Amino acid sequence: MSATAPPPRLALRHITKRYPSVVANEDVSLSVAPGEIHAVLGENGAGKSTLMKIIYGAVKPDSGEMLFEGRPFFAKNPRDARAHGISMVFQHFSLFDTLSVAENIWLGLDQSIRLDQVREQIAATAEKFGLPLEADRPVHTLSVGERQRVEIMRSLLTQPKLLILDEPTSVLTPQAVEKLFATLRQLAASGCSILYISHKLDEIRSLCTNCTVLRGGRVTGKVDPREESNASLSRLMIGAEPPLLLHRDAKLGAVALDVKQLTLKSDAMFGTNLDHISLHVREGEIVGIAGVSGNGQQELLAALSGENPRAPSQSVQLFGADIASAPPNRRRSLGLFFVPEERLGRGAVPVHSLAMNNLLTRHHELASRNALAWVSPARSRSLAKDIIARFNVKAGGDSAAAKSLSGGNLQKYIVGREISAKPKVLIVAQPTWGVDVGAAAQIRAELLKLRDEGCAVLVVSEELEELFELCDRMHVIAKGKLSPSIATRDASVELIGEWMSGLWTTPVAAESTTA
Amino acid sequence: MIRLEPRPQPSILWTYASPALALAITVFVAVFIFIAFGKDPVRGLSIFFWEPIKSPYALTELILKATPLMVIALGLILSFRANVWNIGAEGQFLLGAIVAGGLAVWVTENQIATQRWAFAPIVLLAGAVGGALWASIAALCKDKFNANEILVTLMLVYVANLLLSYLVFGPWKDPKGFNFPQSIRFSDDTLLPRLFATGRAHVGFALSILLSALMWIFMFRMLRGYQLQVGGIAPLAARYAGFSSRGALWTALLVSGAFAGMAGAMEVAGPMGQLTPYVSNGYGFTAIIVAFVGRLHPVGVVFAAFLLSMFLIGGELSQSRLGLPSALSGVFQGLLLFALLTCDTLVNNRIRWVGAKKSEAHA
Repeated sequence: MSATAPPPRLALRHITKRYPSVVANEDVSLSVAPGEIHAVLGENGAGKSTLMKIIYGAVKPDSGEMLFEGRPFFAKNPRDARAHGISMVFQHFSLFDTLSVAENIWLGLDQSIRLDQVREQIAATAEKFGLPLEADRPVHTLSVGERQRVEIMRSLLTQPKLLILDEPTSVLTPQAVEKLFATLRQLAASGCSILYISHKLDEIRSLCTNCTVLRGGRVTGKVDPREESNASLSRLMIGAEPPLLLHRDAKLGAVALDVKQLTLKSDAMFGTNLDHISLHVREGEIVGIAGVSGNGQQELLAALSGENPRAPSQSVQLFGADIASAPPNRRRSLGLFFVPEERLGRGAVPVHSLAMNNLLTRHHELASRNALAWVSPARSRSLAKDIIARFNVKAGGDSAAAKSLSGGNLQKYIVGREISAKPKVLIVAQPTWGVDVGAAAQIRAELLKLRDEGCAVLVVSEELEELFELCDRMHVIAKGKLSPSIATRDASVELIGEWMSGLWTTPVAAESTTA
Repeated sequence: MIRLEPRPQPSILWTYASPALALAITVFVAVFIFIAFGKDPVRGLSIFFWEPIKSPYALTELILKATPLMVIALGLILSFRANVWNIGAEGQFLLGAIVAGGLAVWVTENQIATQRWAFAPIVLLAGAVGGALWASIAALCKDKFNANEILVTLMLVYVANLLLSYLVFGPWKDPKGFNFPQSIRFSDDTLLPRLFATGRAHVGFALSILLSALMWIFMFRMLRGYQLQVGGIAPLAARYAGFSSRGALWTALLVSGAFAGMAGAMEVAGPMGQLTPYVSNGYGFTAIIVAFVGRLHPVGVVFAAFLLSMFLIGGELSQSRLGLPSALSGVFQGLLLFALLTCDTLVNNRIRWVGAKKSEAHA
């Protein structure tokens, strides 16, 4: 950089932030030019979020300095950051379902503006950046992609000089990702700088012109992602290339899990009703369900796991036996095990030790069979030790509280707990969500191994890459309906992406057999 | 400047040190209260902390008052751990007293021959059934109509109080009792066997120690107890595991109700020997403090029950010896709970002195 160049929009110098048990950022420096789309790449836990929160004024660093437009500046709080032109779109939206788009946006703005002015600004901004939004629609009628547009619109109306986007594509279909990128490029061309947080290598390579890679809180590389390969970026991010998975030919057995015309009303407000869902999983295969979150995955999984036992009779069958209204522990004793999406609070009790957490799903083995149901702490502990050793879990022993483990290690433990129960059917929701690359690879390898041993595996995931890597066949769920299945080798990202918007052409069996 | 910093793991040390610090704070404030009333704080404190343990007879009185607190609190810790907020143990206590008292009155009036050791289990069981039935109203309302159990159990305290008053002012009033609102005195054979040669302490104390051990076994060695607690701290995990939340609700309320009812039976068939409108000393409410000071742990509540029993006795003594209102014990109870809840911050947080060197870190 020459000395005559204009000052960078944002410069961080030697930022360090420590928490009691981890160093989130150590000596991190980066610089973003006006109109630049700058990627911050790193695994979960690499320190990306903390760094963004420092820029946004939500966290104070222990040391280091920040320059905004050439002047030293630390935002006192997010409001202060917004006032100075720093805006952030979070991964999780904060919108009111019952209010309209314009009202939601209005809430975040200066109170002196009237609602009809907000409507005009929305229309103008939508025109300028290709962000189509109907100002008067209630938010609960919007798709996830449209909701994200509301969040982005909210940021744009504050006229940001720097826009931070945290994993913005995790909720989007591939087509919606393309549209988002077009908007972002236009925004950058108009002079706004963008900090783009992601762990998806392809996206960064196609969108960004500069990339800062974080690992363990430190900067491990500053590169132009357009000149890098996925492998070279991956090396910077995790220190190694991701291991390749061994995919053997499927040896299919009997139909293990059979879902027939499952129709079920959601009991949550703005939930998704399941509409004539049919699928089956045979022994020795992995079937995947793709889809943008909020399209009925939660409801389907609850009906399959038994957490919601109100499915119509015969609509869920395990080896031909009706389990539609069986509670989860009964399903487990028949061989159906489930790994839920949320690890803390659902898959594990946060404050309990790993040994005690075994009792959640393994109490059939760990408690005595008589009416008193004695618990044997010794057997729980030895099972915990086995799982820790076999699945290479990094934990402070069997007595470590579940919440003391990192996300990846706890996920390895929970998946290990269910796999070591020798399931006949294993249902896994978001197997590697928020898990570092090494642990993700290990979990995927374990799932494939389980399939090769003859278990029927159903994987529900929002990560297409993962489904293409794991599955033999795939379905797509959209608005509570399930697409027909397609063999993974015949599927393409484009096709699945189209299906994710509910546009599949093959007619779904229409006849209804609800009893 | 001090700053609170979240701990990565809850501190085990502070889990136990917090009640001790809370007690120290309570004593510290108590000193000023005594001074404000113009009393000698040393004498005041000795009434609360020395008088109740200075003689064998004083000790039996301490045991006598600790017993119902302990029994009620043992039931409450199960309920609280299951996230079922039974605030109305007082009402279940009164119903236990009514049913057990009614049984003793009936046995006395009909001159049915019995013996203390044989009748004790019957009268305690009767009290437990009364308390459990009272709590089951709240369980039913929660189960069927999703009515908040905090409100329902609390309201039922007033209903129980009025029911007791109706009985002792009305149908069960002793005809020879000079129109006092009280039942006849129970026959000697219906009373609980005494534990020691001196004093009024009864077998209920031995039973409460046994119950503490049983509760420990239930909570930490039996699947049912584990299921209840998972339902309390992680309802989604309980649902995922397939543990019934209805089962947890009913078990928690029936057990805590039965324990409170049994304590009520102990009181009427123990020191009272008859039903009056003043059966309870507020035991049902004080036991809530016992449960929390005892860290919701079956062994902890044994110690906490003795501490709060000291407060009750100290309150009474300070009225007769110092001329201070006996409500003072209520002030100290409140202070203790307040200080405890404050000190509990230290279980999950640590204090940092800001401005000092802050570059110490763990990798």
